[in-house]
Amino acid sequence: MSADPSTANEIPQPTHFAFDAESEAAIEKIVKRYPPGKQASAVIPVLYVVQRQMQRQTGIAWVPRVAMDVVAARLNMAPIRVYEVATFYFMFNLKPIGKFHLQVCGTTPCWLRGSDEVFRACKDAAGVHGYGETSADGLFTLSEVECLGACVNAPVLAVDDDYYEDLDYESTVRLIEALKRGERPKPGSVIGRQASAPVGGPLVLTDVPGE
Amino acid sequence: MALSDKDRIFTNLYGLHDWRLPAARRRGNWDGTKALIEKGRDWIIEEVKNSGLRGRGGAGFPTGMKWSFMPKQSDGRPHYLVVNADESEPGTCKDRDIIRHDPHTLIEGCLLAGVAMGAHTGYIYIRGEYYNEHLVLQAAIDEAYAAGLIGPNACGSGWDFDLYVHRGAGAYICGEETALIESLEGKKGMPRLKPPFPAAVGLYGCPTTVNNVETIAVVPTILRRGAAWFASFGRPKNSGTKIFCIQGHVNKPCNVEEEMSIPLRELIERHAGGVRGGWDNLLAVIPGGSSTPLIPKEVCDTVLMDFDALREHKTGLGTAGVIVMDKSTDLIKAIARLSHFYKHESCGQCTPCREGMGWVMRMMDRMVEGRAEIEEIDVLEDVTRRIEGHTICALADGGVWPVQGLIRHFRPLMEERIAEYKRRLGSPTPTLPMAAE
Repeated sequence: MSADPSTANEIPQPTHFAFDAESEAAIEKIVKRYPPGKQASAVIPVLYVVQRQMQRQTGIAWVPRVAMDVVAARLNMAPIRVYEVATFYFMFNLKPIGKFHLQVCGTTPCWLRGSDEVFRACKDAAGVHGYGETSADGLFTLSEVECLGACVNAPVLAVDDDYYEDLDYESTVRLIEALKRGERPKPGSVIGRQASAPVGGPLVLTDVPGE
Repeated sequence: MALSDKDRIFTNLYGLHDWRLPAARRRGNWDGTKALIEKGRDWIIEEVKNSGLRGRGGAGFPTGMKWSFMPKQSDGRPHYLVVNADESEPGTCKDRDIIRHDPHTLIEGCLLAGVAMGAHTGYIYIRGEYYNEHLVLQAAIDEAYAAGLIGPNACGSGWDFDLYVHRGAGAYICGEETALIESLEGKKGMPRLKPPFPAAVGLYGCPTTVNNVETIAVVPTILRRGAAWFASFGRPKNSGTKIFCIQGHVNKPCNVEEEMSIPLRELIERHAGGVRGGWDNLLAVIPGGSSTPLIPKEVCDTVLMDFDALREHKTGLGTAGVIVMDKSTDLIKAIARLSHFYKHESCGQCTPCREGMGWVMRMMDRMVEGRAEIEEIDVLEDVTRRIEGHTICALADGGVWPVQGLIRHFRPLMEERIAEYKRRLGSPTPTLPMAAE
């Protein structure tokens, strides 16, 4: 999801944000990882905390502007420093998205293995016209992402934080239909491969000492 | 001669077994770590130097030498180990397997590397998309703390070592070491000018060494089995074992740990089921992740997979992400898609990159159509030379090398595309200004 600050102001923004108890507990642990006085290091992790809390409370994972100000106050940063971070990185949604975030990897390794078909399946099954759009039922937002780092299992689709691998048109449609039914298929290879081992089973690591 | 399982470092690469501590110990992790630490900092660095280990993140810098740049004595500032797990180079998915299936190789490596560089604190910066992987890594770190393997008096050695996981948030540039440090400090991931190098002024202004996951994770086994063992694999100066990610138009894409300097053809045919449609159906291979220029089939026939052999062919081992393309591939489009990637990922700090990556992308899009003049291939080549080497970091270099490789080996293909466009649609209207939009 690209972060476009020029349109950020056009989105209906909540006027209030406060961390809930679960977020407070997470933040307490996060800040301890960094030396005293270096709490700005926690800005990315705390923005994730915001995004998760929004998902918990509203069903939609995103980072409203007012929450950035709350993060800035908490980490003793100038608000602009938090806006900079929130807009520089791609994983913060600066406007509401659908319930599921379909992220198609379209970079060359996935493209060589058929990511165009995954894209087409997402459009057909999720009812989305193109990248950057959300389906009318509010269930799916479709994004093109750059290399997800699972290239030997290409093509890959990330649904929120889960990777689905070794896809084609039909299996992508089946996945999306399952999501619509409220199911959450097990992440990983949809053709039953053992992680990054070749189809048909490992040719090496069959004789591991200690196992 | 292929590597045998007894000489593989990542014995759970495919996740066939349990990643948790008891199973990892059965496979040999954390065996005698205290004794290794007690041999001391200088011994560790010397062993790593003698092993010939070169950085596995793409640049191939000798690891032992890099560690020796850290100050011998602290001037009062803490030293930091930072592990680069921001695996984002298209074609690369090896660190993911180490983290999710063999995390204790990495955690033990962090402790030993920390001792070698005088660091009591380590941060593992993992790309944000590896969410499930980071959960495994954190759980493995928690196990190691609970067992006294890291933390105060790690392994009973007297060395205190804390290790933290830090998630990024989707930015390729943060794999560049100084951008990673900036990001870890809570800023935009924009690379710093070097010098000063991180070993002098790194994280929080303190001496810091940034190493790739695979580089760190092979260290415990090197120290246990000896530098000579590791150096016995591969050619001199290219030694060791290496995880290759074989993908694209092969019958059975996979990751595999193999001996360095293995012939490319053997690698593909032994482990990945060969090229789709047979070896003669091969068009070209990107040998080491997206930044390394492609090589045509006639080079692939004989080339060895190591730093020096690939450099002789004006490409590189990079991260060893082997992207195979058969004769059905629209090679111009494959490279143009990479140009889109680099344009998307440019941090925008340096003008030649910020403007150049977009310019090259638009030019490549026209080359895909053939909507260009033959002479514009020369213009494109010339512009890439003006971008290369004129930016703070190597992102722009990595962005133009694939295009240079395409022109070097497949210029006739580009010319034919242009000629075909003219046959169908006549001469395009003057197009250079369009690229410069």
